[in-house]
Amino acid sequence: MTKSPKIRVATVWLSGCSGCHMSFLDIDERLIDLAKKITVVYSPIADVKEFPENVDVTLIEGAVANEEQLEMLKKVRTRTKILISLGDCAVDGNVTALRNSWRKSDQAILERAYKDPTDLNAAIPNAVPKLLVNARPLHEIVKVDFYIPGCPPHADLIYYVLTELLAGRTPIMEGRSKYG
Amino acid sequence: MSIGTVKLKIDGVEVNVPENTMILKAAKDTGVVIPTLCNLEGVTSYGGCRLCLVEISGSPKLFPACITPVSNGMEVTTNSDRLKEYRKMVVQMLLAERTHICSVCVADDHCELQAMANQLGVDHVMFERNWSHDEIDSTHDFLVIDRNRCILCTRCIRVCDQIEGVHTLDLKLRGKDSQVIMDLDEHWGNSCSCTSCRKCAKVCPVGAIYIEGEPIEHTKKKDIAEFIIARRNRK
Repeated sequence: MTKSPKIRVATVWLSGCSGCHMSFLDIDERLIDLAKKITVVYSPIADVKEFPENVDVTLIEGAVANEEQLEMLKKVRTRTKILISLGDCAVDGNVTALRNSWRKSDQAILERAYKDPTDLNAAIPNAVPKLLVNARPLHEIVKVDFYIPGCPPHADLIYYVLTELLAGRTPIMEGRSKYG
Repeated sequence: MSIGTVKLKIDGVEVNVPENTMILKAAKDTGVVIPTLCNLEGVTSYGGCRLCLVEISGSPKLFPACITPVSNGMEVTTNSDRLKEYRKMVVQMLLAERTHICSVCVADDHCELQAMANQLGVDHVMFERNWSHDEIDSTHDFLVIDRNRCILCTRCIRVCDQIEGVHTLDLKLRGKDSQVIMDLDEHWGNSCSCTSCRKCAKVCPVGAIYIEGEPIEHTKKKDIAEFIIARRNRK
């Protein structure tokens, strides 16, 4: 067999705090080993404008909270082989979904952010993507292949899942995964 | 009255236990740990969380180990693929029923539901979450109840009734609408029967009842079970 091409990996940042990406970087020196096997084709830490075709593994951080993210997630799903929910927001909604407890939370949250703090020319901007009624975890919208819970997920856990997948094995989360 | 002995098999191992022992207790005595969230040693069993479901050969049904007494010749399986699947499902249903968000919860890292999810490998909730918006009652001097985190295990109600002996706490309504209430659905601060003994907070497996300003690891110290048993056995 000839030298196999590098695995094409992408990371996506939806409604999250970027803590999961920080945790990904916390893999530290093991990133160097990882870099021999993978190439990052799209990421908030790489200057790529359009999500590419034929991605092998995509890690998605954050819940789906607005229409732009909804569209992005669907696009990512069609262009990627293995989709991984990274962190509690992507897995479960987490802090992003705290607003879901309020009725019509999409409006309520905008009013709280833009109208409540000011008496002067209070207005809700219309140039930002429309919020969904509820912030939702990824698997409620598209098929998700693996889940890495945690807020943020531990770097070791991210590394474990990636290396297991690279080795062609299925990661076992029992006793490893951790909410919160 | 003489107490007879019952012979049964738990996970293939033959054991002898006094009759009327519950399967959960019999298993525990032989070193087999069956997962549970509502069970609390020292108070009556409730059979509410359904995590301790076990298989008994000869029946297609599953039985809650905490309220099913042993019988002669019984063959109990406490851990099969089917049971694992059901237990994962139970935890997911508990997580989906109310607003459980570990990262902002007072009981994070000290929560039995969270630990159970981690232990069973529940890495997501396959059911659509029901984002509850129930009342948080902080009218008591230091005890707080956040009903959004309640899993309705009724441990608090049982210790309040059977250990403290006042029965301030109880349940109202049914099914997913059930709520833990104080007295006749009073605010906790207005409860005339509550002795502020804190036992409810100590036994709460999640972050639903907690003590304001007290570190949760202090509130939920594991010696409470022994304390309860000791108090119960004190004649």
